[in-house]
Amino acid sequence: MTTRTTEREPSSGRVLLDPTSERSPALRQRLPRPQSLNGLTVGLLDITKARGDVFLDRIEQRFSAHGATVRRFRKPTFTKPAPTPLRQEIATACGFVLEALAD
Amino acid sequence: MSNAVAPHGQFLAFVKRECPTCVLVAPVLLQLAEHVELSVVSQDDPTFPRGVAVRDDGDLDLSWRYGIETVPTVIRLENGVEQGRVIGWQREEWQLLTGVSDLGPDLPEWRPGCGSRTVDPHIASELRVRFGRTALRARRVELAPLEDEMEIAFARGWSDGLPVVPPTERRVLDMLQGTTRQPGEVVAVVPPDLVECTVEKVAINAVMAGCKPEYLPVVIAALQAACTDQFNIHGVLATTMPVGPVIIVNGPIRRAIGMNAGMNVFGQGNRANTTIGRALQLAIRNVGGGRPGEVDRATFGNPGKLSFCFAEDEEGSPWSPLSVALGAAPGANTVTLFPGEAPRSIIDQLSRDPESLARSLAVNLRTLHHPKAVLGFDCVLAIGPEHARVFAAAGWDRERLAARLHELLQIPGSELVRGAGGIAEGMPEHFRDATIPKFHPGGLLIVHCGGRAGLFSAMIGGWANGPLGSQPVTREITL
Repeated sequence: MTTRTTEREPSSGRVLLDPTSERSPALRQRLPRPQSLNGLTVGLLDITKARGDVFLDRIEQRFSAHGATVRRFRKPTFTKPAPTPLRQEIATACGFVLEALAD
Repeated sequence: MSNAVAPHGQFLAFVKRECPTCVLVAPVLLQLAEHVELSVVSQDDPTFPRGVAVRDDGDLDLSWRYGIETVPTVIRLENGVEQGRVIGWQREEWQLLTGVSDLGPDLPEWRPGCGSRTVDPHIASELRVRFGRTALRARRVELAPLEDEMEIAFARGWSDGLPVVPPTERRVLDMLQGTTRQPGEVVAVVPPDLVECTVEKVAINAVMAGCKPEYLPVVIAALQAACTDQFNIHGVLATTMPVGPVIIVNGPIRRAIGMNAGMNVFGQGNRANTTIGRALQLAIRNVGGGRPGEVDRATFGNPGKLSFCFAEDEEGSPWSPLSVALGAAPGANTVTLFPGEAPRSIIDQLSRDPESLARSLAVNLRTLHHPKAVLGFDCVLAIGPEHARVFAAAGWDRERLAARLHELLQIPGSELVRGAGGIAEGMPEHFRDATIPKFHPGGLLIVHCGGRAGLFSAMIGGWANGPLGSQPVTREITL
């Protein structure tokens, strides 16, 4: 059976054979959710859309209340992907990251 | 003049312009078309041959359905059912099949045909994919439209850290041509997940590793050897020691598939050596689930865990092959699996007599893992050609060298016990008065390989040996 990412996506026509034991689903799995926020570092990434910071201020309060350490990051512009040094800094410093998409 | 005797049914003639025999029989086809209901099916050029109605089979659909392997092939049909066929040009057979006499009077009696385009290796596997006649059972993974095919293996965790060849159906079908085994045959139960591994799954991982089809039997044998209780790949993975499966290949297949047994034998640059070892590790990773950081708990690991596979230099060796010393029949194609760390060089540029050289090897072997570590570890001792020459000139065979090394590696317990030499590491105190050999008898595997220049040998240490650890396993390669 061919597996697809979603039913709505057009077919790419490119098919590979699964080299694994097929014990995991063909779709890539999300990482497991943390059991607790205690002691974790959460990165909040402001993509620099207007008022995204207002949203993230409130999120920071909520995370802090649950015992997480919060670090704030900001993309230079929402029109482009985050620069590599910023992505690497977030990946090194944080257990997980929340991105604020606002409009 | 042609003479129609009993024309009946319909005829199909499969041809291609590229085939000289087809060009030769072109006038015969015109002759036949006057007397019988003939369709000429052209595989490569719809204008060939001129003068008759030609069915264009550029997509090879008809040729595939009629199982054409040679052109020209003439088939007689009745009500669409095949009644007989003639392959190549054979005047009498053509006349018998068609009932038309005096065919091609100026032609020779007989000419062999050419291969049909359907059996061209590249086209054949594409056709098998197109017509759905593949016995492949692996789950199909379709790439998303924007997904890069070289990135997918990294994204899905299929890679050992290097790019892999994308395992398309066509490539896997090509790979399976390397063995007579059926794709669905289970060849091993792979730890740590204890998954039944089919030939098809080995082939998929061999494609990803970059193997040629002719390497596949070696990969299968290596996987089978790795998955035995004696070799214990589960333990090799799980240990914190820096070992991985080392594959030593013996027999004529080494040269047949172009393996390296000489210069830079443990190094890079030879496709067979590198990809066979890699394919084994990919199968263990992907089918067995043996991944670093999970069951693989190595403290350091070693670069050879990407791939460590080499051939013995049998032709240049003064001794019988390692495989024979381990019990295999002379001339048999075998893999010997050893749980090995990275190779370490032993330099001796001055010994010209075997006793001196054996002593040199022994003092180096003494240090394996720790100078106080005895009996717990096996070792591959790779004798380079320039060192082997010293032993050969003095008439030392492999057994004599092994026996002398065993004598030289009898170590007084006083040097081995805890605290000796101011070093806490060591054997319990009650070994103080004993004499203990570095290796179990048979724990030293002596192999001949390496470049012709350089007075060097090399040692490859193992991890815990014996029934509770790993024992070297030799297995015959079955094509």
